[in-house]
Amino acid sequence: MIKLNTPAPTAHAGILGLGTFRPERVVTNDEICLRIDSNDEWIRERSGIIERRRASEDEHVVSMATAAARKALADAGITAEQLDLVMVATVTHRYQTPSAAVEVAAALGAVNAAATDTSAACAGFCYGLGIADGMIRSGAAKYILLIGAEKLSEIVNFEDRGTAFLFADGAGAVIIGPTDAQGIGPTIWGADGTQRDAIIMEPDIFTAEHAGTPSVLTMQGQQVFRWAVGQMGDVCAQAMAAAGVTASDLAAFVPHQANNRITDALVKQLELPEHVVIARDIQYSGNTSAASVPLALDRLRENGEVKSGDLVLMIGFGAGLVHAAQVALVP
Amino acid sequence: MSQDILAGLADIVNEVAGIPAESVQMEKSFVDDLDVDSLSMVEVVMACEDKFGVTIPDTEVKNLNTVADAVNYIAANKA
Repeated sequence: MIKLNTPAPTAHAGILGLGTFRPERVVTNDEICLRIDSNDEWIRERSGIIERRRASEDEHVVSMATAAARKALADAGITAEQLDLVMVATVTHRYQTPSAAVEVAAALGAVNAAATDTSAACAGFCYGLGIADGMIRSGAAKYILLIGAEKLSEIVNFEDRGTAFLFADGAGAVIIGPTDAQGIGPTIWGADGTQRDAIIMEPDIFTAEHAGTPSVLTMQGQQVFRWAVGQMGDVCAQAMAAAGVTASDLAAFVPHQANNRITDALVKQLELPEHVVIARDIQYSGNTSAASVPLALDRLRENGEVKSGDLVLMIGFGAGLVHAAQVALVP
Repeated sequence: MSQDILAGLADIVNEVAGIPAESVQMEKSFVDDLDVDSLSMVEVVMACEDKFGVTIPDTEVKNLNTVADAVNYIAANKA
């Protein structure tokens, strides 16, 4: 029997740096309501969204991801040459192939890195964090760049009053690497493909191309809300239990910024103590899918609401339906 | 039995949407009279499933316009 070598494992991994990119253009609820029968008050009540950011025509997933990545590298104090893997979590890269990650790696000069995209929609960032944590501790990689980047304005149906106001653009990046103590808790994740139709781009892009109609995002709002409110609280509790921490250890709760009403329900279920800060970046950023968790975390850090070494609980959930949650220390 | 269901439902609507329980009467419309929006309605339905041991699928939720619709559905489908 042939004996194969394995890389030397590393004991601990953590987040070393964080950076984001928010497009400049602000889109108000009033602007959204030019194309749907709705109003500012209704949108705020249903979602918490006051405004969102939209990328310009020449900004796209790769450019936003690269801008966020540069800040994350600087924050971590490492160079692009040190990266072993570049991973982009996105559903709005314009090409089926090649991946966004190869372009980002090239733009950064990450000449020693492998590069790949991961498709887990709004859970993409937390999926990526789970993958990166495992790769670093196994010894498969030392430094990993993970970016959640979305230009959802490309696939939104701006005539659909159920979704037109929700989705927006942006990017958030982290560097994951070896640390003295473990900085990322075990990832609790899963997938339920029996609910694939709950959030889906239709028609599929090939059919759309042949038919000359755009492929747009559709969502069964009540179905998704029921799933998220009914099941994600338990996933959060599992993520804390798996890491051996309780809600009183948390400095902040950073759920995917899907809808403030989902966040409210989860906060209630988890009985979070008063001192735990709740991320509400959705108010100014909308739902940016894979980018929402790092964008929300960065805003908390920027505002001084969390500091380096604080423990945060993160959860991503969305189209698939898929979910992933873990606790982590703020870089 | 309907009176018990109504009382339980009123408590749930109060808990979810902050509407006084005594306002939750049979002829009231969830949306128009009680200001329970589509997302709160999902929370009301989930709490009803727990409390009364019924299953209320998403396809059924849109038929529950009034409090009486919900009370009758629960009474008819309760285990």
